[in-house]
Amino acid sequence: MATVTTTTRRREGILRRPTATTGFTSWFTTIDHKKIGILYGATAFVFFLVGGLEALLIRVQLAEPNGTLLNPAQYNQIFTMHGITMIFLFVMPMAAAFFNYFIPLMIGARDVAFPRLNAYSYWVFLLGGLFLYSSFFLGGAPNCGWFCYAPNSTTDPSIGPSFYAIGLIITGIASTAGAVNLAVTVINLRAPGMSLFRLPVFVWMGLVVQLLLAFSLPIITVALFQLLFDREFGTHFYDPTAGGDPVLWQQLFWLFGHPEVYVLILPAFGIFSEVLPVFSRKPLFGYQFVVFSGIAIGFIGFGVWAHHMFAVGLGPVANTAFGITTAIIAIPTGVKIFNWMGTMHRGDIRFTTAMLFTIGGIAMFVIGGLSGVTHAIVPSDYQQTDTYYIVAHFHYVIFGGGVFAFFSALFYWWPKVFGRTLSERLGIAEFVLMLIGFNLTFGPMHILGLEGMIRRTYTYPDSLGLTMWNQVATVGAFLIALSILVFIVNLVVTYVKPRPSAAEVADPWDARTLEWLTTSPPPVYNFEEIPTVHALDEFWHRKYVEDERTGRLVPAQAGAAEAHDDGHAGGHAIHMPSPSFWPLVAALGMPLIGYGVLFSWWLVGLGVIVALTGFYGWALEPSVAED
Amino acid sequence: MRKRLLWATAAVLLLLLLGACSSDATQSTLDPQGPYAQKLKDLFVPVFWVAVGVFILVEGGIVWLAIRYRHRKGRDRIPAQIHGNTRLEIGWTIAPALVLAAVMVPTVATIWELAAAPPKDALHVEVRGLQWWWDFQYTDADMQTSFGDRLPIRVADVLVIPVDRVVSLSLLGAGGDITGPEPADADHEVIHSFWIPELAGKQDVVPGRTNHILMQADHPGTYEGQCAEFCGLQHGRMIARVVALSADDWEAWVANQKRPAATPTDPLARQGMDLFLGQLSGGRGSCVNCHAVGGTSAASQAAPELTHFADPTHECFAGCDWDTVDRKALEAWLRNPGAVKFGAKMPNYHLRPDEIEALMAYLYSLR
Repeated sequence: MATVTTTTRRREGILRRPTATTGFTSWFTTIDHKKIGILYGATAFVFFLVGGLEALLIRVQLAEPNGTLLNPAQYNQIFTMHGITMIFLFVMPMAAAFFNYFIPLMIGARDVAFPRLNAYSYWVFLLGGLFLYSSFFLGGAPNCGWFCYAPNSTTDPSIGPSFYAIGLIITGIASTAGAVNLAVTVINLRAPGMSLFRLPVFVWMGLVVQLLLAFSLPIITVALFQLLFDREFGTHFYDPTAGGDPVLWQQLFWLFGHPEVYVLILPAFGIFSEVLPVFSRKPLFGYQFVVFSGIAIGFIGFGVWAHHMFAVGLGPVANTAFGITTAIIAIPTGVKIFNWMGTMHRGDIRFTTAMLFTIGGIAMFVIGGLSGVTHAIVPSDYQQTDTYYIVAHFHYVIFGGGVFAFFSALFYWWPKVFGRTLSERLGIAEFVLMLIGFNLTFGPMHILGLEGMIRRTYTYPDSLGLTMWNQVATVGAFLIALSILVFIVNLVVTYVKPRPSAAEVADPWDARTLEWLTTSPPPVYNFEEIPTVHALDEFWHRKYVEDERTGRLVPAQAGAAEAHDDGHAGGHAIHMPSPSFWPLVAALGMPLIGYGVLFSWWLVGLGVIVALTGFYGWALEPSVAED
Repeated sequence: MRKRLLWATAAVLLLLLLGACSSDATQSTLDPQGPYAQKLKDLFVPVFWVAVGVFILVEGGIVWLAIRYRHRKGRDRIPAQIHGNTRLEIGWTIAPALVLAAVMVPTVATIWELAAAPPKDALHVEVRGLQWWWDFQYTDADMQTSFGDRLPIRVADVLVIPVDRVVSLSLLGAGGDITGPEPADADHEVIHSFWIPELAGKQDVVPGRTNHILMQADHPGTYEGQCAEFCGLQHGRMIARVVALSADDWEAWVANQKRPAATPTDPLARQGMDLFLGQLSGGRGSCVNCHAVGGTSAASQAAPELTHFADPTHECFAGCDWDTVDRKALEAWLRNPGAVKFGAKMPNYHLRPDEIEALMAYLYSLR
């Protein structure tokens, strides 16, 4: 790889920026969006495994009536941490991994708008996650569910809900900083000619997600601070005996929580919209419809939150209104599915692992979407809310849609990121196992819910007649675990094999978008020359031209694409920002402050000092590297 | 691959259908036993079949497209680069909108129907959710007890109702407009949700608020239910039961409930009563700090009412976890509540075996 000029020799003692861009320590100082993307992805995957183990504990506990693997206190911690982990520590950061890595590449940028802020986001997320998990050793993990309803959360004598509040405030800081960063990147750093309506749909969905986060995270942050104040400082925001209102928590939580659902699923929509065209060898059917429906989902997503609260007693007016908005949001969601089908229509479909996960993911999401529509039927929701029917529904959305999409993206982009192609044979085996395991696990939960099995229960008596389907679900969960194991084997197998040549991984799928224009893996500076964009699916249009005689697409003549050298060949004279350890230092202050609130006030002081040191070092270090 | 996809989707469909008809489930939403639960099912079932139709159309379409347009070996023609079809796309935006609009009409109608005021002859019951048991008080004027302050008839765990009469439940969270004396630790009460699937949909019991449920049972019998909102450690075992009685049985039940607890004649039960009403030796406390038995000095409403503990309708106790007639269960509970129900709010009074025997004799005399 070309050497990149990222050094500075100014002697400014502690303010000197580190220089190494490779090696172990570089992972702690990197501000390269691609390395940070990999860090996000690897961390999220580890949390995925941990959350998955928690899921297996839940399924073993519920495999039999009156299960005794976990006592209620342990079970409540495990199901709470399963939810928090999968939402905040897996799906969100995994999406952040892909957005971080690919948004700059797909829009023809060299990095994100604020590279050090990007590193800060990652470290705060990681430390927030570790902070949450440290609770297991410091008095007990959060035990109030990811929704953590007051006053159960405010009156719970354990330390868990406080860890929940502080942990989510910390990871919220990471998400907010990341959201601002990526939104500014998309708006300001697009390559020449990359107009908004030439953005890949994945980037569009990324932009919508970042804006959803930027507007919804402040709401949950307020709610979390109030929860923390109620618990630690004796305020009464949610205390009905002193003029507070527990329903206030629910309003704030779901006003964040429902946009959050779209934060979790829109990345999947983006991935489906990239993978389908590539492996159908056709452009996305109705690009504008897909983009606008994504934007519409973003807006309407802020107006449906009370459908989580139909049984709270908000009254028939509110229930009618939110029932109708919930039905309305199904429309832009449904449109996308038809557009994806239109993309496949008359295509040349190749069943790679990536494509299978996308088709399977869409098929599973349809089921989640249909059960979601039944939630708009408010009176029928009086029966279904807080039952396993809901558990089935959102797993079909977030696992069936989201996780399938992530695996699709991993198989699709692995050669781009690591210069190696994952085994297709093992990939297909993983897909089949996961599809079967997934449906065995979550399909029966629809029935369990309709037959009266409540959510968040650590046990059920034999007399309720729920045993058989619970056993099926447990078997399914282990099949999913097996499929994940196959993926891990795939990783090992892929890395034991010799590294393929650069040509083999340059464009293995005959892709359409800009990230495949550069080498695999891309150099630090992404593109030797920032591409000028002339069309949607720019890369495809550089490869194929219309034959003037027949009107058919034929491969462009080699060398037809302009290859002039503007002096950046080999990365020469491209200025990339230098690595920095200050984002990590600043991030380290956050969990210290968190522990301080819970255990000892001097730790708060220490945390503030560490964070401020980090911010000052960050602000004062030389910003531009010298040549 | 495509076949497997087909197989899996077919399997999901089959699972759903199987689940809809086969059922040994005893608190199923699909087995309504009264008009209010029936309304909910009547709304769900047609929507379900509409969803099945859409499911077959869409999933079938996906599978068909995948098979029909699969890549064939040796063919390397690049398909036509079709970018969309505005008319088609507008069409498939409007179509689901129309389906949804059609579905929402009966939905909205039912929302308002269920929110209507109860009929004049409805039976009124106040429901309180506490960690982790249910408290029911019959607030109609003709449901006062004959003893003490003539408080409403009050029972725990099992709600007894007459058949063919609308029951209007007021769900009171602690801090709401509670009319009777408040349970002792009401300040720290959390949200619960009262749910008897075969009789009505659920509504939350929220501190500071009063919610309402209308329910009615068509036949005498026992209907299972559970707290549906996560409420801490024993959320999973906060069970409720409704016993619906025929008109005659109902009258007899009401008459019995209005009477104070009978003073036992059996010496062991007498001994139990003395233990119950007095102070336990060694400063271990007293049952009357929390429990009430009508017609005696025990009047605290902090814990389940025990006046007619052994009445046949009081089928289960302590969050409906055990059958009342199960002597072993009651003995274990009295010996150490926390040992058989993790986190139970009733403390361990370190009762001696002879004390337990006497207390059980007393409790079983309370018919």
